[in-house]
Amino acid sequence: MTDLAPPPSPPGAPPTAARKKKKGAASLYAAHEKVHPRQVSGRFRTIKWVVDVVLVGFFLVCPWLRWDRGPGVPDQAILLDMAGRRGYLLDVEIWPQEVYYLTGVLILGAIGLFLATALLGRVWCGFTCIQTVFTDIFQWIEYRIEGDRAARQKLDAGPWTLGKIARKTVKTILWLVVSLIVSHTWLIYFNDAPTATRAVLDGSASAEFYGYLALFAGTTFLLAGYAREQVCIYMCPWPRFQAAMFDEDSLIVTYETWRGEPRGPARAGQAFEGRGHCVDCTMCIQVCPTGIDIRDGSQLACIGCGLCIDACDQIMTRVGLPPGLITYDSTANQVARSKGEPTRVRLVRPRTVLYAGVMVAVLTVMVAALVLRSRFDVNVLHERSPLFVTMSDGSIRNGYTVKVLNMDRGPHSFALTTEGVAGARLSVIGHGAGDGAGVDLPVEGDSVGTFRVYVSAEGGARSRALAFVVTERSSGHTRRYETIFAGP
Amino acid sequence: MAKQEHDPISGTATTGHEWDGIKELNTPIPKWWVYVFYATIIWAAGYWVFYPSWPTLTGYLKGTLGYSSRGEVRSEMAAAAEARKVWLDRFKGASVQQIAADPKLRTYAMAGGAVAFKDNCAPCHQAGGAGAVAYPTLADDEWLWGGTLDDIQATITHGIRWSQDSGTRVSEMPKFGTDKLLDAKQIDQVADYVVALAAGGKADALPGKAIYAEQCVACHGEGGVGMQAVGAPALNNKIWLYNGTKDGIVAQIKAPKHGVMPAWGGRLDETTIKQLAVYVHALGGGK
Repeated sequence: MTDLAPPPSPPGAPPTAARKKKKGAASLYAAHEKVHPRQVSGRFRTIKWVVDVVLVGFFLVCPWLRWDRGPGVPDQAILLDMAGRRGYLLDVEIWPQEVYYLTGVLILGAIGLFLATALLGRVWCGFTCIQTVFTDIFQWIEYRIEGDRAARQKLDAGPWTLGKIARKTVKTILWLVVSLIVSHTWLIYFNDAPTATRAVLDGSASAEFYGYLALFAGTTFLLAGYAREQVCIYMCPWPRFQAAMFDEDSLIVTYETWRGEPRGPARAGQAFEGRGHCVDCTMCIQVCPTGIDIRDGSQLACIGCGLCIDACDQIMTRVGLPPGLITYDSTANQVARSKGEPTRVRLVRPRTVLYAGVMVAVLTVMVAALVLRSRFDVNVLHERSPLFVTMSDGSIRNGYTVKVLNMDRGPHSFALTTEGVAGARLSVIGHGAGDGAGVDLPVEGDSVGTFRVYVSAEGGARSRALAFVVTERSSGHTRRYETIFAGP
Repeated sequence: MAKQEHDPISGTATTGHEWDGIKELNTPIPKWWVYVFYATIIWAAGYWVFYPSWPTLTGYLKGTLGYSSRGEVRSEMAAAAEARKVWLDRFKGASVQQIAADPKLRTYAMAGGAVAFKDNCAPCHQAGGAGAVAYPTLADDEWLWGGTLDDIQATITHGIRWSQDSGTRVSEMPKFGTDKLLDAKQIDQVADYVVALAAGGKADALPGKAIYAEQCVACHGEGGVGMQAVGAPALNNKIWLYNGTKDGIVAQIKAPKHGVMPAWGGRLDETTIKQLAVYVHALGGGK
């Protein structure tokens, strides 16, 4: 660091010869200090491994699951077919205009996040977030190749020997391979998995596919390999407002200050009377993936992974003290413990009940909407030029384009009738004129039928409300579309 | 060079400029910015070599890549024409009826016809064939010169009363007033008769009936049904090209107006006219 700035000279005084360059000007940017987390084992590390394997396994396997939907339809269990404008999830098929189901899933995800945070603190961040999971995997590779914290620090500080180059190269290649697999797996959620994989391997995939493959592999490589904790601390919005989800009963990773302080190094045979249990071994800092000191209290950069608990428990056992100096506990319980009062875990609180209630409500609405949804829809475009035509018998005719979306796999017949304009006569180009019963509109399965429709009525009011009613013949389901009947 | 002056408070060098006692600190722009600037200079030099750049006395430097935006447009137009050729060739060999009957040809003709209509026809006939006073509506059910595909194709190709085209269709209504074929009272009576025809009311008792039978029936037909062979409009309905009030009818009998439509045969190629015919036929009035 530079020296402190010399005291300012009185204004107008000539600059001293000693002041050659500007001094004491604080940089606006702090230099990044690389975090070298130490490998640790224990309860939370095991949970993290299990979660990593389950989530990554799920991610890798899902696009390869097949689901027979009949001929001419993709047989991938989970597929977002952008080109074909269909989303497939097992037997559920989503058309683009039904994207609100995705909104529902996102709302569920958001409230689920609130609920989990209110109950258990930042479990999402610490265990299940994609950034955490892939950083875990990348760090594990780094650990296997370059060794643990001390070895890595030494390697990074040392000169570029052949061994260092070899290790760094192998690590980078492995990271790239993992990144490519992750990126490709993401892409085959949007493409038929076997076809796309074969195309990528034999070089016949499109330039766009390779471009996206490089893009997502590049971001995975960068975010999980290099950015790591900086994503959580600087980029992610979630830590900024997660404090609003906590209350004093939320279970969070916390340091028992009342028990640990005053801290100090432990010497062999030394008793712990009159001092805290923290031996200041800094193991909690060394294992922390974001490089923080949990003893400073709950903080934005703590992702709640619990690895410091594992590290501290090992040390406590070694020095013969009870574990749990760093523990997974609520703030209220910590206060109670420090006073020797009984503790309790309050999972049912107004906040958690509210979150759970909203989740159940959203879920109910979504499931009901999905089960009861109609497999057809109607869109009507009123002809604008000419808005209306006066016919030779003096009647007024309006033109419409009626689109019937048949989202079912099989062909269906729909009856088209009008409401709202007395004496309206209906005719559909190519499908005849309609009397009371309406005109039959046949629509192929999984397609949109477009029909040119004329409605004639006696001239009268300038503009009248007109509704088209489309009834699916076999099920009797109806759709109504409000439009206008224009006149002179 | 003069001795560098430093700001006493921050210690930063100044530029030596002074305005009202205020000296500007010398805070250089970031290095990366300078390098990006240098890179753009190098880029520009490369651009001069590869792309058209400097003007010369007689033209301009063409660049080693031979790029020109006009050339690009030309090649894109050629590629588009090549892509259209497949369809246009099929149009050449097909009649308008065949085009209208074939779903694929029809779809293509409707799209091409819509574009050609907007470019060439909409100024008079309005978008969608809505029509205007003196310009027939193409979406209703009355046709002056016939509303079949063949009629429409013939009208577009040769125009109406278009003297430069020998195949054009011509008709002229006598100027009953200006040429003193009928006097004012007779014109008034026959106009009353036509108004009654159009209203569908009792016209037989009117004195104008006899005048109509003598002067008008040859073209406009018994009971005002019209005659498409000579472009004589029907008078017994609610569609009027000019003005359907009595004053309007009187004016038309006195000194008739006649619409003129250009022949498009020489201006548009045959396939475009076929597409137009299919499109106009489908506007809502095709017979």
